[in-house]
Amino acid sequence: MRGLGRALVWVAVSLVGAFALASIALNRGESINAMWFVLAAACTYALGYRFYSKFLAAKVLALNSMRATPAERLENGRDFVPTNKWVVFGHHFAAIAGPGPLVGPVLAAQFGYLPGTLWILAGAVFGGCVQDFVILLFSVRRDGKSLCQMAKEEIGKAGGLIAFVAVISIIVILLSVAALIVVNALRDSPWGVFTVAMTIPIALLMGLYLRFWRPGKVLETSALGFVLVMLAIFGGQWVSHSAGLSKIFSLGAPALAVLIIIYGFAASALPVWLLLAPRDYLSTFVKLGTIFLLALGILLVRPTLHMPALTRFVDGTGPVFAGNIFPFAFITIACGAISGFHSLISSGTTPKLVSRESDTRMVGYGAMLAESFVAIMAIIAASVVQPGTYFAVNSRPDVVGTTPAAVVATISSWGFPVNLQDMQTLANDVGEKSLYARTGGAPAFAIGMAHIFSSFLGGKAVMAVWYHFAIMFEALFILTVLDAGTRVGRFMLQDALGHFWAPLGRTSWYPSILITSALIVGLWGMFLWQGVRDPKAGVNSLWPLFGIANQLLATVAFCVATTIIIKMGKVKHVWATLIPLLWLVSVTFTASFQKIFHPNPAIGFLAHARKLASEVPAGAQRAADLPQLIFNDRLDAAVAGLLVICVAMILVESALEWARVLSGRKPAQVREAPFVNTRLATEAP
Amino acid sequence: MIHHLRSALHILHEVLREIFDENAYQRYLARANATASRQSYSDFQREIEATRAQQPRCC
Repeated sequence: MRGLGRALVWVAVSLVGAFALASIALNRGESINAMWFVLAAACTYALGYRFYSKFLAAKVLALNSMRATPAERLENGRDFVPTNKWVVFGHHFAAIAGPGPLVGPVLAAQFGYLPGTLWILAGAVFGGCVQDFVILLFSVRRDGKSLCQMAKEEIGKAGGLIAFVAVISIIVILLSVAALIVVNALRDSPWGVFTVAMTIPIALLMGLYLRFWRPGKVLETSALGFVLVMLAIFGGQWVSHSAGLSKIFSLGAPALAVLIIIYGFAASALPVWLLLAPRDYLSTFVKLGTIFLLALGILLVRPTLHMPALTRFVDGTGPVFAGNIFPFAFITIACGAISGFHSLISSGTTPKLVSRESDTRMVGYGAMLAESFVAIMAIIAASVVQPGTYFAVNSRPDVVGTTPAAVVATISSWGFPVNLQDMQTLANDVGEKSLYARTGGAPAFAIGMAHIFSSFLGGKAVMAVWYHFAIMFEALFILTVLDAGTRVGRFMLQDALGHFWAPLGRTSWYPSILITSALIVGLWGMFLWQGVRDPKAGVNSLWPLFGIANQLLATVAFCVATTIIIKMGKVKHVWATLIPLLWLVSVTFTASFQKIFHPNPAIGFLAHARKLASEVPAGAQRAADLPQLIFNDRLDAAVAGLLVICVAMILVESALEWARVLSGRKPAQVREAPFVNTRLATEAP
Repeated sequence: MIHHLRSALHILHEVLREIFDENAYQRYLARANATASRQSYSDFQREIEATRAQQPRCC
């Protein structure tokens, strides 16, 4: 009887989910309430977790709670610590949730809300969650080994090398695109620049407070830092109204880029306790609070979405970024659907904390579902803004024009009405001089978030405070990614260069620190500078490259997972990782090919370089920039080419390994740690 | 109901303590047989510096 009751509950969840999805998908020409999205997502996640992840756990991975995890066997109170599954879940979620699931969906909203929403739901349930879950489990069964180590051991030496190239590429491109988003959000915004600049002394103060006044009181210090940041946001309003200070903090894109490059270098070379650690704590504190507040806001306000389900830009002529839905929607939204970067976290700290194999299902699969919901909230935030406003804020000047009159005329002619008066009123409401061409996704998200927050906390009078809170939140997030990523890249370079000259591999040798920091900052700084000088606002080139690099890493992760599943003798279930792998291969190959060779200069790097080479420069400045712009296009094409070659190589290497194992030429042997019975099974969970 | 709420708040508190390294510091003190002080926290920070500095923050 209880079984029947449960079955009826799941039938009801399926029906409600199907109805909500149909309402979202079939809605045409009318506004739609955000609650349909929440309902569709909740039902999809519940079904995915209850049925698909259970199938993976039982049939494909054969989780065994009697098998001791490395946290138990190698417990040392430092890296390996058996931890409550809810605590590991929270820890893992805090590590995987970054700015990606907020920015990607906002950019992809140019196609309408539907493609992004469907991809986020399906991509997460059948792809991203599967990747995070299986990589976490396989790392747990290998004493917490990293993705690169597993690729090397299970696929071959080339697999390990490609994983290394993929990780370095993704870090460099991620950091440049992240920095570009901050530059575009803070350009000519004294309030925003002041607030974000103040987070640096606040983090330094937190570091000193923790070190000398209240050692170990991190939560207390983070709460104090949060109060100071809120004061900085209110102080920013005063700065923006002061003629003298406003001038000092009004910075153009090149100046901001230089400052961020200097900051990245300093953050990489300074002691961790002084800047990186306290900023990380502060960022996590603000991140968790804001995500919770945004979810609460959506539930309380139940906002109406104004963006249509599909826009005319599904044909590839989008003003935010150029390219068709396939493959560009799937490249643009990586985090929130499938993010290769997560495989680094799933094979990093988390596997050393898991106390039972069965916990990997909730931690790996479940935490990714939570991140996917963050991406759904980003779609909602972008779509509550009027479409005309969304396009005026997000569109590239080379498409819509460089003057406000040209922008509103072009966008209105597309059927998305917007006028000068409305744009100026909105700019005044959020405390900015202008909101035109604020590309990169962050400002559009901040407007949506400010709209939702001000609807239930403070009203329109505090919309400017909420807007700058959202900008600060995203910039803080991104700068944390920037300083942590620069340092990780530095360590990886030191590790690699140490093979050529041993002293360079010593992480505490200062000349090595300075050289490798300069190298890694120089690499992402070069792409950032290219984005800042790009007349197409940079995002059009850099975000797809970032998406390709991220999906390449996911391809490596799925190759490793598929190889291990075959070696485990579970060939009949190999489709669970093989299908997402084939999907990613088709996406990365198509996107890379189009970004390099597409004849449309708005999409193809080489076509754009040819166009630049053939046109007559319109002025002295343009003439001076032209060789640099052509070089940038060719460099981007080379990077995309390198990434696609990496995908091809890892695929071939993996396929050869599968063939050897399946034909019996090589024994199906996995490199797992030996089975040891757990002691924890008899203890309380 | 109150029991469940208390339990949820306890877990939330533990999650936050883990994320913000407060539990890691307590484990360090137990392992090093030390008491909370500037010196022990400085030693703890030195110990976690290498691992923390190699942890990427996700996009």
